[in-house]
Amino acid sequence: MRRLALLMLCAGAIGCGLLGLAGVAPLSAQPDPTPEERYASPLELLLSPDGARLYVLCQGVDEVRVLHAATGRVLRIIPVGHVPRGVSLSPDGRRLFVTNSWDDTVTVADTNTGSVVAAWAAGFEPSSVVEDRAGKRLFVADRVGNNITVLDAITGAEQETLEAGRGASYLAMTADGSRLYATHVYPNPTPHRTPPKSEITVIDPQRAQVIDRIPLPSIAGVFHIALSRDGHLGVVGELHPKNLVPLAHVEHGWAFVDTLTVFGADVGRPVEVPLDELDRYYARPFAVAIAPDKSRIYVSHGGSDCVSVIDERRMLAYIHAHPEPFAEDLAASAHYVVARIPVGKNPSGIVLSRDGLRLYVANRLDDTISVIDTRTLRVAQTIQLAGPKTITPLRRGEQTFYSAQYAFQGQFGCANCHIDSTFDGLQWDLEPDGFGKDIVDNRLIEDLRGTEPYKWNGGNPTLVKECGIRTEMYFWRSQNFDDRRLTDLALYMRNLPSRPNRWRPADGRLTPTQERGKVLFFRTADKLGQPIPQSNQCAYCHSGPKGTSQKSFDVGTGRPVDNSPVFDTPQLTNVAMTAPYLHDGSAQTLEEIWTRYNLHDRHGRTNDLTKDELNDLIEYLRTR
Amino acid sequence: MKMKLILAILAATAAALTLAAQSTARPVKAAQAARKLNGVPAVPRFRFENYTTANGLPDDHVYSVLVDGNRIWAGTNNGLAVLENGQWNVYTPADGLAHRAVLSLALDKRTGAVWAGTMGGLSRISAGRIDTYTQLNSGLSNDVVYGVSVEGDNVWVATAAGACRLNTRTGEWSLYNERNTPMIEIWVYGVSAAPDKVYYAVWGSGLLEYNQKTGAWDKYEDPDGENEMVLLKDQGLIHEITTSVSYIDGVVWVATYFGDSHYDGRNWHNFLTKDSGLPSNFTNTVKGIDRNRAWFGTDKGLAYYDGTNWAVYRPSLTTGQPEMTVRDAGGKMTDVPVATAPAHNYILGIDFQGRDLWVATAKGLSHGIYQP
Repeated sequence: MRRLALLMLCAGAIGCGLLGLAGVAPLSAQPDPTPEERYASPLELLLSPDGARLYVLCQGVDEVRVLHAATGRVLRIIPVGHVPRGVSLSPDGRRLFVTNSWDDTVTVADTNTGSVVAAWAAGFEPSSVVEDRAGKRLFVADRVGNNITVLDAITGAEQETLEAGRGASYLAMTADGSRLYATHVYPNPTPHRTPPKSEITVIDPQRAQVIDRIPLPSIAGVFHIALSRDGHLGVVGELHPKNLVPLAHVEHGWAFVDTLTVFGADVGRPVEVPLDELDRYYARPFAVAIAPDKSRIYVSHGGSDCVSVIDERRMLAYIHAHPEPFAEDLAASAHYVVARIPVGKNPSGIVLSRDGLRLYVANRLDDTISVIDTRTLRVAQTIQLAGPKTITPLRRGEQTFYSAQYAFQGQFGCANCHIDSTFDGLQWDLEPDGFGKDIVDNRLIEDLRGTEPYKWNGGNPTLVKECGIRTEMYFWRSQNFDDRRLTDLALYMRNLPSRPNRWRPADGRLTPTQERGKVLFFRTADKLGQPIPQSNQCAYCHSGPKGTSQKSFDVGTGRPVDNSPVFDTPQLTNVAMTAPYLHDGSAQTLEEIWTRYNLHDRHGRTNDLTKDELNDLIEYLRTR
Repeated sequence: MKMKLILAILAATAAALTLAAQSTARPVKAAQAARKLNGVPAVPRFRFENYTTANGLPDDHVYSVLVDGNRIWAGTNNGLAVLENGQWNVYTPADGLAHRAVLSLALDKRTGAVWAGTMGGLSRISAGRIDTYTQLNSGLSNDVVYGVSVEGDNVWVATAAGACRLNTRTGEWSLYNERNTPMIEIWVYGVSAAPDKVYYAVWGSGLLEYNQKTGAWDKYEDPDGENEMVLLKDQGLIHEITTSVSYIDGVVWVATYFGDSHYDGRNWHNFLTKDSGLPSNFTNTVKGIDRNRAWFGTDKGLAYYDGTNWAVYRPSLTTGQPEMTVRDAGGKMTDVPVATAPAHNYILGIDFQGRDLWVATAKGLSHGIYQP
């Protein structure tokens, strides 16, 4: 496994493909960096119950570093699994839990000795973990599994899986242990070209059952959740995309609104609260903390390198005075946002000291911890984590990818649509070729080498073109990347690795079902013995290790709103997790590609297949 | 057919050898058989309260019923109704339900999710969210879902065109039909899953058994073949046309349109109207309580069997008045005066709530309130 890009990544322009680099520095494969060359990339933070130790989840080096909270001195380093994403302490503070998102495990460490005592299997891409107050169960949010895996907190044995939102990623338990809340980064499935929907999944930890789902209408991309100590106020950071209208009015805030949803007894009903201003945006609210006395709410903005400070009483007063939805009223935030505190690059996890006087902020992309004095609302201390002293082109590319500074008014960056360098599950009216024309589904951007050209129409032969002029002219509507930054960005994207395929057997041997599907994928004659024209064989268009011939075809899926029915052949990398499908996202599932949108056998010869043969084919595709 | 013949011969040969075992092959004579009340076996008695469209049910035709703690789910011809705190709430296709006609229900006891098999697909209802699987958007074998059963991470489904299994952890579908199981017909009516075995009732194809450990299939057929005369009564499944199966405590209870069966893994014991208290051989559903006791839903009333005695609860077939009859081990029939009965004698679904009973009928949902 390459350890570089492993960070959560991102990348370029929405809905396209990417790369190739004619005319710029050649992009060679990057060697695996040695441990000392790897950036710490602090993603999440925790404080010990006594506040003396700061636990820093360093995703880039697969470690939890235990720091002296006052001085920043490293006390201990706990090695964990690959690409750790979530960290928590047991209620008594004796055990540390870490989710290793690419290992599908949970590391259990003894906080007294710092030793790893167990590594338990979890679901697909475990991303957050919380133990119940009784110490009986461990709840693990699985991003690729879309569920919450419940483990026995003593043995690690899996007890059950609870259906959560798509891309389940973040968890928070009330102080009394009576409720567990879960959020998810990809929207739940909805009919084609309808507003996205997300949810806050509410779990009763005692029964280990989902008991409620708080709807988050029009939201796609929900991140951390925070709860007040009395349990009466909950806050989530989220994205409110405007993907159903043409992305033609960026200067009027028509791409995203960065919002919170607040809920609980203090609010009465869930309310979406905007964080942006009329002429300045605060991209990607990621982590949230509530002051012990509920006087303030703190929000890190991953794309804007700052922390917003909200006066909670003024916010509630505004909410109660405005019963109608005001999520898109960019004048609203002036009534309750009291400060924007600049911090490091890509601020991610935050944690507040028990007395509420210090706020620690993990700046993932410059390997620092900002310590904010909440009385002065200034950064009082910056802790530099050990790591490479120089910034490599790859790192600069990653910083560019996650920054919203290049867009007009700082509205959004690559990572808005490519959440953690993946996709967003949305379809956008992107292209400047007429309103309502060429609706395109957002594609996964991992493992891009050998998949060019980019865009659904195959119009961009290189990543530089994809992320350069096009981005400048169309997305950012502002300054663009200089040559070096563009080269770095393309380098970063070109090196994004593919996450493990969860459906491919670990030993590489396909199951009988998958084997049968593979035979169908590569067949050259149909069941009647008739030769299948080459251009109608699965393996012809979806050829090679990435599953793309890098050519465009008309497979009969064009719509009247498309300028051309000819589309680039998308790669099949981790295709199981990238629903919906087809160029415009009209197929909700892999099955629908053929059961609904291949009536004339133009998208492969499939209408001779039985139901179970089609199922075999799909089970094989899921291994790609 | 050849296999059936061989089975029949083997069964006949074995009959003599197993005579001694027959007494133990039959459901154990329960201790309560000795208990009598005024000379009548002490079978459970109920006061029935019935729900129809007159008091909140969306449709009188109720295909299925499921007890979920204090919530009662009723699969009707016009939506999935849930009774909670005395109030009915109804889910319809407008809420995302696969189809308005809900034929089968199952509870995932671990997660609390309810699975609804409908005439148009399979829906999962979890804390108000409905996710629907159809033959077009998923690996579901067919949209007509007659039966559903949850075991661990797997949801086992019986459809009008084969059986299938959804692994909710991986999203993988496995399809079972005539190509990879001993199934001849693919009209699958019922399913009952447990950690060790899964049983499918296949219309015209008998009973299918899936061994969870080995992944092997086995098949139980009527040794009399498709002959509707019962030549060898306790030598195998009573009939090929099975409609429902209930696997509990290592025992399989099977309903058919021509009588019912009990199988303990070694021996069969069958029930026909002519020699049991079963009110009709035409049985829509069976639900076992344990190794010895079961409830049967027929076209002529609701029947209870305690291993020895029978009781039938229904509106009289002639007068429509509430009726309860008890048949003891000796075949003596006793009428028990009752003031209430299930809403209709065409019974489609049964579930238990403690000692209470919930019954889906063709003309309403009935709550049998246990009378101590």
